Amino acid sequence: MSTPQDLTERFANRVRGRGSAGDGTGGEPGTGGGVSTSGSRASWRRRLGWVVPVVVLLVLAWLPYVNVSVPGLFSGVSNSPGTMQLLALSLTFGGIALSYDVLFGRTGLLSFGHALFVAAGSYTTALALGQLRVGLPVAVLLAVAVGVVLPLVVGAVALRVSGIAFAMVTLAFAQAGSILVLRNPGGATGGEEGLPLLRERVPDLLTGVVNAPYRYWLALAYLALCWVVVAWLVRSRAGHAWAAVRENAERLAVLGVSTYRAKLLAFVVGSLLGTLGGVVHLLVVGGATPFVTTTEFTLALLVMVVLGGAGSRWGAVIGGVLYTYLDNRLLQLASSDVVAGLPPVLRVPASEPLFVLGTLFVLVVFFAPGGLAGRVARRGRGRRTAPAVEGEDET
Amino acid sequence: MTGAPRPATSRAPGEPLLTVRDLHVHLGRSHVLQGVDLDVEKGAVTGLLGRNGVGKTTTLKALLGLVPRTGTIRLQGVDGSIEKRPTPWVVRQGVGYVPEDREVFAGLTVEENLRLAEPMARATGVEPDYDQVHQLFGELYERRKQKAGTLSGGQQQMVALARVLLGRPRLLLVDEPTKGLSPRLVTEVAQVLERVAERTTVLLVEQNLSVVRHLVQRVVVLDAGRVVHRGEAAELLADADRTRELLGVGARRDAKADAGTARPEVTS
Amino acid sequence: MSTLLLLLATGLGLGALYFLVASGLSLIYGLMGVLNFAHGAFLSAGAYGTWWASQHLPGAGPDGAGFWLAVTFGVAVGAVLAALVELLLIRPLYRRHIEQVLVTVGLSLAAVALLQGIWGSDPIPFPRPSWTAGTVRVAGAAIPADRFLLIAAALAVLGGLLALLRYTRVGLVIRAGVENRSMVEALGIDVRRTFTLVFAVGGAAAALAGALGSVYLGSVTPQQGTSLLIFAFIVVVIGGLGSVTGSAAAAVVVGLVQQLANYYAASGVGDLSVVLLLAFVLLARPQGLSGRTA
Ligand SMILES: Nc1ncnc2c1ncn2[C@@H]1O[C@H](COP(=O)(O)OP(=O)(O)OP(=O)(O)O)[C@@H](O)[C@H]1O
Ligand SMILES: [Mg+2]
Repeated sequence: MSTPQDLTERFANRVRGRGSAGDGTGGEPGTGGGVSTSGSRASWRRRLGWVVPVVVLLVLAWLPYVNVSVPGLFSGVSNSPGTMQLLALSLTFGGIALSYDVLFGRTGLLSFGHALFVAAGSYTTALALGQLRVGLPVAVLLAVAVGVVLPLVVGAVALRVSGIAFAMVTLAFAQAGSILVLRNPGGATGGEEGLPLLRERVPDLLTGVVNAPYRYWLALAYLALCWVVVAWLVRSRAGHAWAAVRENAERLAVLGVSTYRAKLLAFVVGSLLGTLGGVVHLLVVGGATPFVTTTEFTLALLVMVVLGGAGSRWGAVIGGVLYTYLDNRLLQLASSDVVAGLPPVLRVPASEPLFVLGTLFVLVVFFAPGGLAGRVARRGRGRRTAPAVEGEDET
Repeated sequence: MTGAPRPATSRAPGEPLLTVRDLHVHLGRSHVLQGVDLDVEKGAVTGLLGRNGVGKTTTLKALLGLVPRTGTIRLQGVDGSIEKRPTPWVVRQGVGYVPEDREVFAGLTVEENLRLAEPMARATGVEPDYDQVHQLFGELYERRKQKAGTLSGGQQQMVALARVLLGRPRLLLVDEPTKGLSPRLVTEVAQVLERVAERTTVLLVEQNLSVVRHLVQRVVVLDAGRVVHRGEAAELLADADRTRELLGVGARRDAKADAGTARPEVTS
Repeated sequence: MSTLLLLLATGLGLGALYFLVASGLSLIYGLMGVLNFAHGAFLSAGAYGTWWASQHLPGAGPDGAGFWLAVTFGVAVGAVLAALVELLLIRPLYRRHIEQVLVTVGLSLAAVALLQGIWGSDPIPFPRPSWTAGTVRVAGAAIPADRFLLIAAALAVLGGLLALLRYTRVGLVIRAGVENRSMVEALGIDVRRTFTLVFAVGGAAAALAGALGSVYLGSVTPQQGTSLLIFAFIVVVIGGLGSVTGSAAAAVVVGLVQQLANYYAASGVGDLSVVLLLAFVLLARPQGLSGRTA
């Protein structure tokens, strides 16, 4: 049978598309497939690699000033509070997906516990504001402290095992967190109701319907931060160690190289970014909701990352944004006349965003391994036909 | 022991049972086999030699389809190349495999281990050959109710051999059958193999040169995924320098092992 | 004393439910290396199939023999669905475990959403045969009869599975495949044929859990499968992936610990202890994860 170890350590590779594992240093877009690029194209990419993200960032930052109406795409004009709110949420999830990809796509760690750290950010901040009555900066600092200590502890324990065992230990920790929040000890977490954000403790700019653009910029800033941190770390020595862990954990172990520290670093970095994502999520949606503690939440992150393309910054971000956008937008469309007019066979599935997303996800896994970003990056390049290396999984 | 062909100084190569051309295997990001050409002569024992990690095990696995491969693999009596075929299909054409680490099913009894191999025999239209197994491995019969995982290494090797012989393979792929066995057991395994070779074509991966000397007629030597030598076993072994050059430390280690090993009492 | 007996019976009933889900999960993982997140969907298929049959299938109903016919229908739906999932979605990705797991994750999301779309997310009252509402007196304690229904079903499935594994040719191949699938193929056996069977059997057991679990709960919701699935995963891992008897033992332990701690300590403590138990077991003997079927 497959040893649990090699299963997940090859995980990331496999979803990035057979044999097209990026070297972790390749330019964007689509680190997921930068191997076969010719020399000139590669250097072109490296030099101009930062241009595209910066342009995209500027365009996005400017968006709240754009007042156009795109029927179907958005429910109102592009800078209406409703649209801004939806985009803010989408960008937040783009960042959280990127944080999850540090573990999954970059290091090959399949964690089912990422929700724990997002929830830690969300609930720590909400509790600090509500119970300790501190200001937002202090609350965020507290969340950051939790976001370092908690993954250190959980990671130190969970990384003693690998593969499926690791996945299960992280699942267990996250489940414990979820149970804790839902049981509402001492009325602190609000149970199923969640915790509302205490408005008077938060700058006015971040609350209220009309201030949606500020929350949008906050989410954009968070996403940009995740992007920069990941881009920088992936090119650093730590990033190379992660890639090595992902590519060939067994061989490193045989050579006596300890992968523990590299994995722990990835775990802490990814989780800390996730914790910050929890803080932003709290501010954007105006409260801590128990949904962020659940396994479904982590599974959604996994779906986002694979949908977009694991191990690629564009992939994770596109996956996170697209998933969140569709999840919400399809729900709005479900109540629209177009969908209401469909026959039941089509109406029922079409009005369930998760059905559409789940099906889309299965299709991507089948027909676009490497995700949407990998699909784009691979175009024009012959797909390798050699079957996947799986024969060894028995020993 | 009847007159199985023993190493002759020069013999014309007979009809090949298995022909391999330009075999490539990629594992992960390494190109493990880089165009291996190989003929396995019908009725003979062909030795696949080489230092550690050169791709011997990978070659056997590639022949069976246990790892993804490209190239041409032809088996006598089968139309076309078998390189696209799945493992069970290849095996049912009469190819038996004794893997490097024996890989007996530890949680199954000896009897169950053997029973698993029955369909392979039926596929080739013969009844499972329990007679030969009892003849060669009398001890296994007494231990048939024992869990294979609790057997000694030598006994496990016997199970691995018995299991595959049950199906009367035309071609037997054997990977380092003497690995990790005591000198006495090395001799025992070599004797069993010698008797098997009387009726079956064998492709044998082996590090122990005294075993090679006694069993193998023709050798193919691999280095870094390519064939670097091909010829008569006796010729190669007679040239100590060349042997050391091709097989590396194996030759020295074997010299020591040789000294401690009671020579297999087989005719030579 | 009678409280303790009631708790024990309830814990065992819960354990029985976990076992029904976990046994299939365990075999599927052990043989195929697939962590099957779609198992919750098989469970739901059984629950909704039974409910639907009790309303619409001629001869089926909420009580008496009609109830059993409805359950049979639900179990068949689960088994067929599982076999189809294996044939259409898992098999084409043979040996690509990662994609296989991802596909099951996608399926699990889509299945819950589909059920919600068709029948809504509110609990639907489930048919309960009148006798399951009664109690049985055991040593002075009044134990609800549905506990025994669950336990009996789990015992029957355990017996059936062990017989299949120990006394049939397919069982032999499955046991060997759990240990070392490549070697089974290297003996000329096409293990893939057993995959569909294992999926169908696992799906049937999960569907039975769905039907009987809904009897116990009195209603059925789309999310039911997912919540049971997480604890079933925990049971599978504690019991040793690929081991049916291990799953049975772990299911009993988890069910009892959960019930007793939830009652005697505080609500939620039981769930937490189970989670801690899992972490402890994994860290104490990570090698315990290796497959052993019997
Ligand atoms: N799954 C794998 N991924 C990457 N490389 C592999 C894999 N399996 C084997 N290799 C490499 O392929 C090469 C050949 O391995 P193989 O097992 O065929 O060697 P061998 O000749 O049988 O060695 P030995 O004498 O030690 O048994 C080795 O360098 C090994 O590291
Ligand atoms: Mg070898």
